[in-house]
Amino acid sequence: MKLLRHFGLFLLACLLGVMPLHAAGEEVAGEKSTVDVQEIVFGHIRDAYEWHLFTLGEKHVSIPLPVIVYSQTTGWHAFSSSRLGHGAEYEGFHIASEGSYAGKVVETTPDGQEVRPLDISITKTALSLMINSLLLVLIMVGVARWYKNRKPSSEAPKGFVGFMEMFVMMIHDDVIVSCVGKDYKRYAPYLLTAFFFIFINNLMGLVPIFPGGGNVTGNIAITLFLALMTFLAVNIFGTKEYWKEIFWPDVPTWLKVPVPFMPVIELFGVFTKPFALTVRLFANIMAGHAIILSLVSIIFITASLGAVLSTSMTIVSVLFSIFMSCLEILVAFIQAYVFTMLSAVFIGLSRVRHEEHA
Amino acid sequence: MELLTPDFGTFFWMLVSFIIVFVILAKFGFPALVNMVNERKQYIDDSLKSAREANEKLSHIKEESESILVEARKEQARILKEAMDTRTQIVNEARDKAKAEGGRLLEEARKQIQKEKDDAIRDIRKQVAELSVEVAQKVLRKQLSSEVEQNGMIERMLDEVSDSKK
Repeated sequence: MKLLRHFGLFLLACLLGVMPLHAAGEEVAGEKSTVDVQEIVFGHIRDAYEWHLFTLGEKHVSIPLPVIVYSQTTGWHAFSSSRLGHGAEYEGFHIASEGSYAGKVVETTPDGQEVRPLDISITKTALSLMINSLLLVLIMVGVARWYKNRKPSSEAPKGFVGFMEMFVMMIHDDVIVSCVGKDYKRYAPYLLTAFFFIFINNLMGLVPIFPGGGNVTGNIAITLFLALMTFLAVNIFGTKEYWKEIFWPDVPTWLKVPVPFMPVIELFGVFTKPFALTVRLFANIMAGHAIILSLVSIIFITASLGAVLSTSMTIVSVLFSIFMSCLEILVAFIQAYVFTMLSAVFIGLSRVRHEEHA
Repeated sequence: MELLTPDFGTFFWMLVSFIIVFVILAKFGFPALVNMVNERKQYIDDSLKSAREANEKLSHIKEESESILVEARKEQARILKEAMDTRTQIVNEARDKAKAEGGRLLEEARKQIQKEKDDAIRDIRKQVAELSVEVAQKVLRKQLSSEVEQNGMIERMLDEVSDSKK
């Protein structure tokens, strides 16, 4: 699993490393590069103000999304992103093409500077997030409706509801109850929501056509928020014993009295845990998207290199893409599972009690 | 670097979406499912327990019925034996009674016969006596037809009386 991921990342790095050079070389030769892999991959992974559906010939077909910005000087603005297409300026806003705000909506101040306004636009990621959230709510509430007007003595559900019941109970019993310990009832709703939220976003990210395909869990803001929730759940309800282990751990006294080595390390650990959660989920999903897109791009890169090479590389690319897609489905589950399990373990550790510890 | 800097807008919508999803699912989604599964588990456990108890009770009842059957059979045998005894006794009693009655009747009949016989004998005797007297009268009448003879007879009888008085 890890080896494959490393291999994939290596492949991606190679491709990304080679392509700009390749493109640059072609530009020198006076030819127009037909495929810009970096643009394809990062264009997908990056957030966008419109939802690009497909390109028909030279025409890009996209769904324009609402831009909502708050400017320090002119207040709230809300308009369609189609007004900002091709670098156009609207109400003093345009999408920066370079600089530290490249690809973001910026405001041009009267003195000619580019300022980033408070931007809560419904971007592609935000819209995917909402669609997936709605889907999750519909599925779960739909499943929960089955249980209405049914008694424990009525027979167990079949089909999809039965599957979901098994799925939810697997996470509930194997992950939450066993990792959190006896306080699991308080945390079960959060952990279950986190699991299914991540899982559905991961899965929908693998669907290549419209409602799916958004890179939600591969966006660091999303994973940061989830990790922050776990961080709060861990530290707000931490027991006295938990805090004692951080500031006065069970180690030789010289490790903590003149210079507090261990307390510093432990305190550092408090923050590295959510950081690890953030980066693990973000990097795994983003890398998965990047690898699949890179593999698909091989077809177009090699198209100009002759029929034999192109055909053989296309076959290789399709086989690899299928393999990677299957792997990504597995990863979608594993990453949701790992996030939930680690959150549960961290919560469980924050609920230590003296008698258990002894 | 853009990928690694969390975007505020995305974070904001994530906050909104996640909180809404969390509230809805924590209220209407998971508890219904998890509680139902736990309740069903409880129900199945209870059902298994009561089934086991019922089974135990059933085997107990079987034993009991068997013992009742054995007892009933014993009782039946006892009653039959008793009935037979009673029958024998009754028959014996009846036989004895009949014998006694028969004997009594026989005795009575015998007595009656004896009495009849005695009466008959007595009658015969009386008649014989009467006939004897009549014969004697007739004989006497014939013998004492003359005066002389009558006197001689009286004489003789007086003698006999006087002799017997002496």
